[in-house]
Amino acid sequence: MHPALQGIATIFLGVGGCLAYFYFSNQFIDKVLFPAKGVNAGRNINRANIVRPWLFLAPALFALSLYLAYPVFATLWYSLTDRDKGDAFVGLANYYQMMDDPKFWEALKNNMLWLIIVPAASTAFGLLAAQLTDRIGWGSIAKSMIFMPMAISFVGAAVIFKLIYDTRPADANQIGVLNAVWMQFNGGVGSFILLRALPAVFLAFLTVGSLWLATTMIKGVSSFTAVLRSLFGVVLVAVAVASIGSVYGVFTATLPYGKPQTWLTMPFWNSILLMIVLIWIQTGFAMVILSAALRGIPEETVEAAIVDGANPFQVFFKIKMPQIAGTIVVVWTTITLTVLKVFDIVFAMTNGQWETQVLANYMFDKLFRGNDWGVGSAAAIVIMLLVTPILVWNVYNVRKEMR
Amino acid sequence: MADLKLTDVGKTYGGSVEVLKDINLDIKQGELIVFVGPSGCGKSTLLRMIAGLEKITGGELQIDGQVVNDVPPAQRGIAMVFQSYALYPHMTVRDNMSFALKLAKKTPAEIDVAVSNAAKILQLDDYLDRLPKALSGGQRQRVAIGRSIVRDPKVYLFDEPLSNLDAALRVATRIEIAQLKESMPESTMIYVTHDQVEAMTLATRIVVLANKGIAQVGTPLELYERPENEFVAQFIGSPAMNLLAGTITGTGAITTVKLDGGGSAKAAVPTQAADQGLQVNIGVRPEDLIETTGKDFVFEGTVKFTEALGEVTLLYFDKVGDNDSVIGKLPGIHMDLRSTSVRMKADPSKVQIFHDGQSLHYR
Repeated sequence: MHPALQGIATIFLGVGGCLAYFYFSNQFIDKVLFPAKGVNAGRNINRANIVRPWLFLAPALFALSLYLAYPVFATLWYSLTDRDKGDAFVGLANYYQMMDDPKFWEALKNNMLWLIIVPAASTAFGLLAAQLTDRIGWGSIAKSMIFMPMAISFVGAAVIFKLIYDTRPADANQIGVLNAVWMQFNGGVGSFILLRALPAVFLAFLTVGSLWLATTMIKGVSSFTAVLRSLFGVVLVAVAVASIGSVYGVFTATLPYGKPQTWLTMPFWNSILLMIVLIWIQTGFAMVILSAALRGIPEETVEAAIVDGANPFQVFFKIKMPQIAGTIVVVWTTITLTVLKVFDIVFAMTNGQWETQVLANYMFDKLFRGNDWGVGSAAAIVIMLLVTPILVWNVYNVRKEMR
Repeated sequence: MADLKLTDVGKTYGGSVEVLKDINLDIKQGELIVFVGPSGCGKSTLLRMIAGLEKITGGELQIDGQVVNDVPPAQRGIAMVFQSYALYPHMTVRDNMSFALKLAKKTPAEIDVAVSNAAKILQLDDYLDRLPKALSGGQRQRVAIGRSIVRDPKVYLFDEPLSNLDAALRVATRIEIAQLKESMPESTMIYVTHDQVEAMTLATRIVVLANKGIAQVGTPLELYERPENEFVAQFIGSPAMNLLAGTITGTGAITTVKLDGGGSAKAAVPTQAADQGLQVNIGVRPEDLIETTGKDFVFEGTVKFTEALGEVTLLYFDKVGDNDSVIGKLPGIHMDLRSTSVRMKADPSKVQIFHDGQSLHYR
């Protein structure tokens, strides 16, 4: 049978099977097991109502325990055993081995980089898009365009961006958009403005901005948030130092004009290029949720702020943002979870080469390429340990938002 | 502390939907002006135009002699209290009240003095560090007013400030606002409401809005005793003024009107001989109708229903002339009048005469 037909058949069988399960199991309870008639009609109705929730939960519980709960424990066990020694218990040996592997630390470092940049950028762009599209006539069209990448699978998006980053010989036509643009630079005035002056200005702004934000972080209210805020403040100062340092580099670096670049082989920058793919996808998600949150802000509080003399920026940062802070946290943590598990994009674009390795791809590498079940499972456990606290916090915040 | 002058002010949405037109109004310093009108008459829109939240599409608005059509809200010297209070939910009471002052770059010491003064006036001292969600409705309303007071504005704008409160709190807060106004006799206030009790009790002058324009401007008692037109006559007062059709049969300082329903009424409204035979409506308030057994009555009607409110009894009459919603209001309890035929008269000084909807007082 043609695979497409198979797919359609699967959909029908799957959905039909679900419907049939709920319909017939309900019928069975009501008609056969506890019929609502005869001497015990009342008792039977009560019993049927006690059983029914479990009936509905059963498929989900079964699937979750088989495909989620059991694998967690199995993986934990694998990470503590060695297959080559006949599944012997080896304690933390796999973990020690993993920690001796520089690739693991590279993956962990890259994951942290992803963790900082992608949720921040997606949420910020999403918020910006939500605010800007709110008041314009073609806003909903713009919104659908920004949201559309959400419908593309990560692998599909990776393929699209692989084409954007593609490299051809200097004398051939560049099919990669990035190289096509790059080939236009020749070291003249335009190149200076776009590649040196503009980045320098941006870095200067980043320095000033993060320093300013760092100073506002100092005044904390309660002790716990004060600690969090001052930690964040330290990070901001580090960002400021790094960016002011880079300003010099921007002007002195020799740029290889006229030579097509193999973007995905440049350490550090290739990671950023991979992150852009995920940012491109997740911005739509952030925008949709934040746009709904912005609409939920009482219009009169905004008008009161205008009467109080707030300019549009103050209205946005002092009135609107604080009121949707809870939603921003939810969006941020949700994207963080996606980022920690990121696999497809790295797998499809660089497969972890050129220092782009991330934990999920490292795990896949060890588990299914190296056939080292011990270390692979250990990596999986590390990912789970990283995800769990954020997941708990995310669920806590979502529930708080729903109230 | 300022005069307001509206000249031919109008509002049109999208170039074609006209909401308000030719509004002319002079507001003197220290007045409390109340805008009333049926819902959709544009009273809130007019207030928002004065605030600067809606663009003025026609005419001119002056505050203290300065045209402010294109001046942003914050620089008009106005402060506004919103119907939903519009407190900033993430700020404490103190921050809510000092927000405008912080934006205006006042020193912390100045802000502190202004906030604690306002808090004292409004008895909010104990709540300054609370968030709005921890306050009752009445307290939230006071914070909203406090947020205006700290700015020491030229003009206070109130947009239906009591409509989110329950009945008991509404009365209490109404009295608080009246006292607040008394304690700040210099300040100008504009107050929008659909509740005519608020209008009658608070206003120095009432502006009745209807039909895209002003139906009448006057003190509460002017509007009650001398309505300019049938709309104001029926809008002010509850139950509404009774309107009965008739023909003028006697002119002079006292005008006699023979009513289609059978009776006749004398009104202390001067008319000329030329008015003889004019088709008019007389207006008489339910509370001005007096039961009579004499031959001199305004109308005779069957009471189809009574409502005893304790201090007064409302009588709902069966068709009088072609008006089937005539109501009388007698002091005391008169349940026994139900299903009987009753004659009602009225003092000539309490009777209005309208021709084409306009009162003959104001010709």
